[in-house]
Amino acid sequence: MSILTFILVSVVKIALVLFVLLTAVAYTVWLERKVVGHMQNRWGPTRVGPFGLLQPAADGIKFLFKEDLTPPHVNRPLYIAAPIIAVIFALTSIAVIPFGNSVTIGRIQTPLQITDVNIGLLVVLGITSLGVYGVALSGWSSNNKYSLLGGLRASAQMVSYEIALGLSLIGVLILAGTFSLRGIVDAQAGHFVSGIAFLDHYVLRFVPRWFFFRGQFVAFFIYLTAAYAETNRIPFDLPEAETELVAGYHTEYSAMKFAMFFMAEYANMITVACLASLLFWGGWRGPLFGPEWFQEILPLLWFVLRVFVFIFVYIWVRGTLPRFRYDQLMAFGWKFLLPLAILNLVVTALVVALRA
Amino acid sequence: MLHMILFLAFAVLSVAGAVNLLIQRHPISSALSLVVVMGSLAVEYLLLGAEFVAAVQVIVYAGAIMVLFVFVIMLLNAGEEERTHGSRVAWLLGIPGVLALTVIICWALVEHSMAGVAAIGALPGPPADIAELLFHEFLLPFEVTSILVLIAIMGAVVLAARPESVEQTKKES
Repeated sequence: MSILTFILVSVVKIALVLFVLLTAVAYTVWLERKVVGHMQNRWGPTRVGPFGLLQPAADGIKFLFKEDLTPPHVNRPLYIAAPIIAVIFALTSIAVIPFGNSVTIGRIQTPLQITDVNIGLLVVLGITSLGVYGVALSGWSSNNKYSLLGGLRASAQMVSYEIALGLSLIGVLILAGTFSLRGIVDAQAGHFVSGIAFLDHYVLRFVPRWFFFRGQFVAFFIYLTAAYAETNRIPFDLPEAETELVAGYHTEYSAMKFAMFFMAEYANMITVACLASLLFWGGWRGPLFGPEWFQEILPLLWFVLRVFVFIFVYIWVRGTLPRFRYDQLMAFGWKFLLPLAILNLVVTALVVALRA
Repeated sequence: MLHMILFLAFAVLSVAGAVNLLIQRHPISSALSLVVVMGSLAVEYLLLGAEFVAAVQVIVYAGAIMVLFVFVIMLLNAGEEERTHGSRVAWLLGIPGVLALTVIICWALVEHSMAGVAAIGALPGPPADIAELLFHEFLLPFEVTSILVLIAIMGAVVLAARPESVEQTKKES
């Protein structure tokens, strides 16, 4: 592939992935309002378009045309930079996420991924860890005590839960032996084999070798919990607890800057859901059937289905659980999740070492 | 060619960040300049082929340690620094010191122009190589360092704990 085709293919992929991601962000907001509405015996958005499906577009137009207030007491450069930082890091981390095998269009064969780096997982973790700055700086630069408290809470919470999140992934890394997200998915190929013909034929044929079934279920639940905290979602949404902090770190923001924080939050949710399916649930693996063209796109559909399920669980949790108290949140992260993650790591390492 | 352009761009960026760190009067701005320095250093490591070190640089330094710095500055609500002309000792010793250091570095670079050159991919880059070095060749220093860090953490806890809270825990237990 010549350098020109490479650049062309990359630009097309980036544009496509960004378009899909931003549309997904908009419709996750719609889904959340709809699902939480039905859980609370309401309808959610119904007025704009069928089932309120055009509501995200209406919201977007409203955000664009609203007055963009900048309060006089803020630290201007950082106040403007903070939402941009948040949204940039939230959108960048999707770059290393693979969505499926490769596709061949004409003579060009390309993987369904913007770029495949051999430290993919570390790149995602690094970029998401930089996302804290957006929240922390918005809280500080707003020069408002509620915003500051929100920003402080967010940075403390995100740094604390990042440790449990990182440790929960190491079990998977030990089993897969690679940091590459594509490599991790490839390590989950096939299904269990016991050697007993009856068991193999009737039961184990349907149990794929996904890391969730290979002993990483504790790690999965640690990851899921820590991921809720990382994305500041209920029950860990203390940075924007409206009963205590008005609206937390984005109190002073309006119009598009306000919307950017929400874009960042929902984009992070989608990245986290993608990672959960790639690391624990076999990525795009699933039964293939039907005509050939259908088999080509089926892995992509399996992947999207998993991501959708995780987003739905996110919303479900939001509709179900109350908010933590702040000391409970910190105690839970440090005294329960972190030891559990370390225990999971030690047990996994021992099992792998004994088998080798 | 592309590597050279990227190297120069991020080298300039990291030096500019370091200078900005010193010029800025507000602690938050200085801390953020340090984040820029660390980020551009990570890109330089990446250009050398040390991708694992680059990722760790971003995760640990830019993503965790500097967040804590920013956190503490925000918590203390540190204001702008007052600008003084510096002490006389600093002027008398500082400028000759900087000059001497510059001369030594220049001399070293001119005399041994090929001594410190690293080709792309010359450093142990992949995580497996780093693990091999850490857990086989340098296992003892690695473990000693971790104990050292543990002692430092315990010292910080002891220093930070207020006397009354220590007594309270004694009573409770």
